[in-house]
Amino acid sequence: MLRQTLAIFVKDLRMEFRGKEALNAAIAFSLVVLILFSFAIDPSVEDLKAMSGGLLWILFAFSGVLLLNRSFSREQANDTLEVLLSLRVSPSALLLGKSLANLVFILLVELIALPVFGVLYNVNILQQPLWLLFTMLLATWAIAIIGTVFAAMTVNLRLRELMLPVIVYPMIIPALAAAIQLTTLALNNEVPTGDNLIWVRLLVGFDIIFTALALGLIDIVLVD
Amino acid sequence: MNKILASLAVVSALWIVRNLYVIFLQLPDEADQGAIYRIMFFHIPSWFVCFALFLTSGVLSAYAIGKRNFHADSLAVAATEVGLVFTSIGLVTGMIWARIIWGIWWTWDARLTWAFITFLIYAGYLMMRRMIEEPAERMRVTGVLSVFAFASVVITYKAIDWWRTQHPQPVLSIRTGGGNMDPAMEAMLYSNFVPLLLFAIVLVVLRYRQENNSREIEGLRRLAYSH
Amino acid sequence: MNALLSADRLTKYYGSFPALRNVSFTVSPGQCLALLGRNGAGKTTLLKLLGGLSKPTEGTLATQARISLLGHGIGVYDELSARQNLHFFAAFSSVPLAVDAWLERVHLLHVADAPLREYSRGMRQRLALARAFMGEPNLLLLDEPFTSLDDKATALLQSLLEEALARGAAILLSTHQIPEAMSLATDILFLERGRLVFSGARPPEMLDDPTWLYRNHGAAS
Repeated sequence: MLRQTLAIFVKDLRMEFRGKEALNAAIAFSLVVLILFSFAIDPSVEDLKAMSGGLLWILFAFSGVLLLNRSFSREQANDTLEVLLSLRVSPSALLLGKSLANLVFILLVELIALPVFGVLYNVNILQQPLWLLFTMLLATWAIAIIGTVFAAMTVNLRLRELMLPVIVYPMIIPALAAAIQLTTLALNNEVPTGDNLIWVRLLVGFDIIFTALALGLIDIVLVD
Repeated sequence: MNKILASLAVVSALWIVRNLYVIFLQLPDEADQGAIYRIMFFHIPSWFVCFALFLTSGVLSAYAIGKRNFHADSLAVAATEVGLVFTSIGLVTGMIWARIIWGIWWTWDARLTWAFITFLIYAGYLMMRRMIEEPAERMRVTGVLSVFAFASVVITYKAIDWWRTQHPQPVLSIRTGGGNMDPAMEAMLYSNFVPLLLFAIVLVVLRYRQENNSREIEGLRRLAYSH
Repeated sequence: MNALLSADRLTKYYGSFPALRNVSFTVSPGQCLALLGRNGAGKTTLLKLLGGLSKPTEGTLATQARISLLGHGIGVYDELSARQNLHFFAAFSSVPLAVDAWLERVHLLHVADAPLREYSRGMRQRLALARAFMGEPNLLLLDEPFTSLDDKATALLQSLLEEALARGAAILLSTHQIPEAMSLATDILFLERGRLVFSGARPPEMLDDPTWLYRNHGAAS
């Protein structure tokens, strides 16, 4: 299972990095959103620091979900999904490999958008780098695992580009809420302690529960 | 079966009428809120019913996808749709209450926020059902979605509660002042829950039958066309 | 002789529509079974069940065979090169595979690292054949394999099929192109409206008259 997961992970990475079209589009999109923010809110220092977590995660969620549809649509083009299933590839390995690849893609977009955000809005992003990275890793995994299993579910729909965000966003709200709290703390040079630790627990718990659900249910989604 | 349904419907209707009588004519006005607090007797029990329905639909969906059972699938859809109706009742009554008491249509109170999110999640479920034509695929895909939805609904509830402790918002409540409630009012809250639940059950069974029938008809049509 | 696959009363319902009903048969090494039937008879459904893409509603399917499916789609990734494609699929085989040898066999070794975008249709088809036969499968499931193959690919497919049969593999071949299939087929599975109405050795009459089976066993329509 590990070998299968690795093979699929590497293959998806290779396929995306060959053309990079979706990555470029997602990065461009995130930059556009950053500009739009500057019109929607007045970037005066005090308010912004309190809102920074929220702004960043809206940005990351919107840009990230754009990349999710491709996981399974790239298997549809030449009917490769049925080849994989006929080779008795475990659906869980398929899901895990693709989710890990999506994690890498979305993290990449985030790591590029983050310093741009810091520069444009005068926010020092390097104050609590470890906590920031930890939050980004866990919350992006939440987006990736739910987004990938839902991408498998919507791949045959006519309106899949539209339906995927519609069903993914409400479901990841608890993870985003936790990420927002933790990110705001990190960008204000604070460390989560006491009451704030609940957000760390929420993020970890959310990831565990939904990863288990996704790995358990993917068989039913992929095999008729 | 029809007799049982009809009698359940009648019982719940009569019970609600009796409750309405008590609510309007026997219970006194509340000290701080005036007359409008009475809407709470529908606002709060609606949440219980809606949660019960979504719990049912989550369990039924898990069974439907595990055993490939279409009856469970039909029941799950029915429970979800009626659950959505009760979520809407909760949202609307909450908004009316907020408008009268605070002059605003919306507050990011934990329950209202949760209701809005839950509404969106299950609306997505219903949209997906409409988009998949083949019944077995529809059952599998939306069944999985429903299991995820229920897990999310539970976790989101807790998460929003925690969020609210850090970002306090105006709260919809029947309790004011010392946090105590008149025992007669508390009794009415529980009392109104039962007829609403009975009514919900009647609606669910009716919808379940309709879903079963329409699936059978669809299957027969396909069979007829293939000859 | 050990059966490579044994199907017992396979039934598949889509909702209340019976796509397959009580289909039972066995596949032994060296057999080439032609799966015949009109459109909608259940051929694709049966292949999906055998290929592991779908689970039967009732009935059982027992097999220890290494199965390889060659369906309608080309089954390889356009964004990767031929070599990368074969290495990827080789990762799922339980035995180590000689990717370069297979590329040579299908005459693609000299362009193995070129992007698939630059391949002609015939070249893609030959890569698909390499992918399907690479793992030395002992049961091949082929869905209309001769459709739109160019002459090189057709010849390649014929020789690969003959080799497979010679080493004891079995082939299940769903097709409308009956004349081509009849020369290879040792047995026939004839489906009509989800039921297996004929299952057995290929009648000699089929060599000259492809519609013989339809006339003698099919329902009047």
